Amino acid sequence: MIETCNLSFIYRKEDIDTGKVTEELALKDLSIKIEKGSFTAVLGHNGSGKSTLAKHFNAILLPSGGKVYINGMDTLDEKKVFNIRQCAGMVFQNPDNQMVAAMVEDEVAFAPENLGVSPKEIRRRVDECLAAVNMTKYAFCSPSQLSGGQKQRVAIAAVLAMKPDILVLDEPTAMLDPMGRREVMETIKRLNREQGITVVLITHYMDEASQADRTIVMDDGEIVLDGTPKEVFKNVEKLKALGLDVPQVTLLAYELRKSGINIPEDILTEDECFDALNNVLGGASR
Amino acid sequence: MFKDIIIGQYIPGNSPLHRMNAPIKIILTIFYIIILFFINNPISYLAFALYTFILVLVSKVPLKMILKGIRPMLWIFIFTAVVNLFMTPGETVWSIPIFKFTLNITSEGIIQGAKMLYRLFFLITGTSLLTLTTSPLQLTDGIETLLRPLSKIKVPSHEIAMMMTIAIRFIPTLAEETDKIMKAQTARGADFESGNIIRRAKAMVPLLIPLFVSAFRRADELATAMEARCYRGGMGRTKMKENKAGIIDLKGCTIFVIALLVLILLEILVEF
Repeated sequence: MIETCNLSFIYRKEDIDTGKVTEELALKDLSIKIEKGSFTAVLGHNGSGKSTLAKHFNAILLPSGGKVYINGMDTLDEKKVFNIRQCAGMVFQNPDNQMVAAMVEDEVAFAPENLGVSPKEIRRRVDECLAAVNMTKYAFCSPSQLSGGQKQRVAIAAVLAMKPDILVLDEPTAMLDPMGRREVMETIKRLNREQGITVVLITHYMDEASQADRTIVMDDGEIVLDGTPKEVFKNVEKLKALGLDVPQVTLLAYELRKSGINIPEDILTEDECFDALNNVLGGASR
Repeated sequence: MFKDIIIGQYIPGNSPLHRMNAPIKIILTIFYIIILFFINNPISYLAFALYTFILVLVSKVPLKMILKGIRPMLWIFIFTAVVNLFMTPGETVWSIPIFKFTLNITSEGIIQGAKMLYRLFFLITGTSLLTLTTSPLQLTDGIETLLRPLSKIKVPSHEIAMMMTIAIRFIPTLAEETDKIMKAQTARGADFESGNIIRRAKAMVPLLIPLFVSAFRRADELATAMEARCYRGGMGRTKMKENKAGIIDLKGCTIFVIALLVLILLEILVEF
């Protein structure tokens, strides 16, 4: 479980020419609670503070004000840093820049090796985690031989090998092609569903956010919308004002409603849209 | 152009030499080199060459690969031979007058030059045999194991090995990036191919600067990612693949020791 209490964070920037230090409030008084086993998406455009927030869950960044608790552990407690990092594993955006080892298998072994797990147990975890992301047959490959989606799945396996309760993913699909994005999203959803891992997905893709149980929309260091994807994406006007898109089908339903057609406003998937349109048109059978 | 870059020159295989424990192989290679510089008797030279030849056969590494490793050293070979030929004092066999000077080839020079060539040749063959049968990863692991006792005197053995592993891991990534930047700069009119050496060196600047900037950015991100996975140096770290010496290593060492004994006997017993 993740809990933040009045979390705020200040970025200090120093101007090289003038030496003047400017402070920028990246997170403003955030209080969120993310339940165990849930799948939460944090949505926002660049500079909205979503990545800054994610880095607080792993004690990579420490709050300037307020507190962050991971499974009840305070991230400001220096003695607990490694427990927190083991509890809340983090996957980053660029798959190339987070791989340490020259072989997939060794990459997955890296985290448990750091934790001092016994060699036999590491072997077991490596096999298990590679299987969990469907990468077993690439165990002996070098990362440079893999596609973006495969690399990111290996990165997920490498984090899973710590046996974390929480998986924080900071725009894991931003650098991938559509195929890779789908692979990664399916892996994340499966891990959440089958292994009960709490997932926090930072993203700027609407369709990914709409697959979560809960969507939090951030802007300028604050939470603007928070709720189920259906509740959030209803606010088409507000999302547009924030410079965010809504899923195409939601937009279609919104426009149709605006022109006076009676169609539900909480449409997220193509199937839902099909059914709704079918109803409106008087039900030719599917 | 960078796609098929080979890291090290490892040839995968399953020969006894491949299966041997990396730290032991490194130690044996060091001894091999020491012995190479100690022997000083035509018969032992012959025996040593025979021993090396058998090792190459056992490793199943194509002879061509070993000769390939020697080719880049050709100039050093020639230089050593020439220097030894002319600079060794002794009985003059042949004089070449050049202007006011006379270059003398001595019989000692011929022998000395031949010896040096022999040593260089087997030095490269022996070390290539190590790198051809051991993957870069095993090598770094081996080096870490060997340096570990030195960590008592504050030699950062784990850090050295970690740096080498990361360097190996990033060679293909950076090679690919170089390729990309080169194409991007070529598209903007940069010319990497024509002109003299100074011009070409200058043309490398717009290639190297983005490459360095990006390498630093990568290093920063990698460090964060490593920290996020609880990396805290070598203390209390375990390894999935432990370097354990097995029967094959015992056999390898035994054969090596026998070969060594034979060489010592030849050195002592055979007068020349």
